[in-house]
Amino acid sequence: MHTSKHTTSLPAHRYTLVVDLDRCTGCGACGTACAVENNIPPAAEKATERTGTVWMRVHEAAAAGDGPSTFVPIPCQQCDNPPCVDVCPQRAIEYDPRTGIVAQIPVRCLGCRYCMVACPYHTRSFNWWTPEWPEGMKATLNPDVSIRTRGVVEKCNFCVQRLQAARAKASAAGQAEIDPADYVPACVEACPSRALSFGDAADEKGEVARLAKDPESFRLLAGLGTGPKVLYRSSDPAVRERLSRTGVTRG
Amino acid sequence: MKLPAPVSFAVGLVPALAAGWLLFPRLLYRTEAQPLPFNHKAHTEGGMGCADCHAVAENGRFAGLPATEACAGCHAEKGDNAGINALVASYVEPGREVPWLVHARQPDNVYFPHAPHVTGDKLACARCHGPHGESTATKAYVVNRLSGYSRDIWGPSIARVGRKEWQGMKMSDCIQCHRAGGRESACLDCHK
Ligand code: HEC
Ligand code: HEC
Ligand code: HEC
Ligand code: HEC
Ligand code: HEC
Repeated sequence: MHTSKHTTSLPAHRYTLVVDLDRCTGCGACGTACAVENNIPPAAEKATERTGTVWMRVHEAAAAGDGPSTFVPIPCQQCDNPPCVDVCPQRAIEYDPRTGIVAQIPVRCLGCRYCMVACPYHTRSFNWWTPEWPEGMKATLNPDVSIRTRGVVEKCNFCVQRLQAARAKASAAGQAEIDPADYVPACVEACPSRALSFGDAADEKGEVARLAKDPESFRLLAGLGTGPKVLYRSSDPAVRERLSRTGVTRG
Repeated sequence: MKLPAPVSFAVGLVPALAAGWLLFPRLLYRTEAQPLPFNHKAHTEGGMGCADCHAVAENGRFAGLPATEACAGCHAEKGDNAGINALVASYVEPGREVPWLVHARQPDNVYFPHAPHVTGDKLACARCHGPHGESTATKAYVVNRLSGYSRDIWGPSIARVGRKEWQGMKMSDCIQCHRAGGRESACLDCHK
């Protein structure tokens, strides 16, 4: 396990997403649910593969031989040693010492895109255009997530607005800790094949902590030492070996 | 005529400062009227508590300002009070919500939960809102023309001198109180 250089000890909570590649059918429901939850606008007319806004990208990794390809959903990997934090001249990215979430604060961003270069997983998007929604869709925007403007970078924050709501509920009930059932990201909730599971890896007895120790679990580009809190699982040793070594490239 | 340097400097500086401190605030801010008169005292003296209109729900959400429905129980009919008549005619009868202007409203990117601050009598409403709960009339809503933010975020004094602790709620004001209580906050505690 990696210890972040940004904190002296591991955070009290280590929110972690586990993706079971054996179960993922590549349907893209996670990405759609993510866009609705997080006020990601429909693609601008001029947007391409590279310039659109996507927080949860489903990549198709072709098999080495002629076997079936593997679908790999890739949100921000929520690294414990996030390379993006150090390069930001604005301090618009912070490793949250309480949750391990890599927090991107778009209002602080000046749009230099160093973080996009530094991220080996290509999980960020730059807002090339002012976000626009068709008239009827405006009423469905999520008030718990602010709208980003043109010229700033954004990415997955593990649906932190749901953690905020869970905390408010706990404090109204006079409780110090949230009920874990109240904090589930939109992608996890939406996955029809239950390929995604989410939880606090600091909870030693929890399902996510168990999966993290399982030999079938691995990390993308494990050799870089970024320490992602998005874990992948596959029963196929070849898939594990290849993805943990090379990761996936964009587009 | 040639003035000595300090004098010509002052001749330039004084009007510049005057423009900056006196004229600019007038240009920068615009005042808007509330859609209706409202008298807090008339209601709380009648026995209503703050939570009858502004409550934290069980799920932790703050109800904010009361819906028209909450007023309709007592103000369904017109009488001889102009304020009540306007309420009934423009909002209760057509079933519309009152578009109150919220002085404390933070920018869209800020997440402020009332629950951790007020549950269990931790902080009094007046600590952050001043005497608004005892007001007999609405107060002027002043908005920054450039940012669109309420002036209450910065506070009434541009230089922030002599301000009372509830006047102004900038990021530094939130953090100052949190630090005083030994609480270090992460960006995502307060931003969304
Ligand atoms: C009958 C319902 C009612 C009761 C009871 C009531 N309020 Fe209000 N409150 C309102 C309405 C309507 C407004 C909007 C008009 C205004 O700004 O005065 C308001 C506005 C406010 C605001 C201003 C928010 C802002 O930033 O613009 C504060 C603060 C407030 N109330 C506090 C209190 C406190 C404290 C109490 C208890 C002492 C209380 N209220 C009791 C109805 C009520
Ligand atoms: C529990 C009953 C009750 C509720 C609920 C209630 N009011 Fe009142 N309201 C009163 C009483 C009592 C008075 C004072 C007597 C009067 O003038 O009729 C009053 C007075 C007023 C006045 C006149 C104040 C003045 O000084 O001229 C206005 C305006 C008003 N209410 C608006 C509202 C609004 C807006 C709401 C909903 C947010 C509301 N009231 C909810 C009981 C209520
Ligand atoms: C720690 C400071 C703090 C305390 C204590 C506090 N508030 Fe607030 N209140 C705020 C802030 C900040 C906002 C603006 C929230 C936003 O824009 O998201 C606000 C907003 C409001 C609003 C307008 C809400 C809306 O969304 O329309 C009302 C009404 C209000 N507060 C009433 C109260 C009452 C009643 C109490 C006491 C039970 C209270 N507040 C205690 C800081 C505080
Ligand atoms: C007068 C003091 C005071 C001010 C001003 C204040 N807070 Fe707080 N805040 C507190 C206290 C005390 C707590 C801890 C409550 C508890 O023990 O749960 C807290 C907790 C919080 C939490 C909860 C964090 C968590 O772990 O759930 C958030 C979010 C927060 N404050 C945001 C804000 C924001 C945003 C502002 C400014 C708009 C603000 N606060 C202004 C005193 C303050
Ligand atoms: C305790 C609560 C709190 C914390 C923690 C906090 N902020 Fe803020 N922040 C606010 C509030 C409230 C505002 C709006 C009022 C203001 O402009 O001062 C704000 C405003 C801002 C703004 C200006 C946005 C605008 O619309 O003008 C930026 C940028 C910002 N915060 C970045 C950050 C970053 C980066 C962090 C983490 C290092 C952070 N904030 C942590 C409460 C907080």
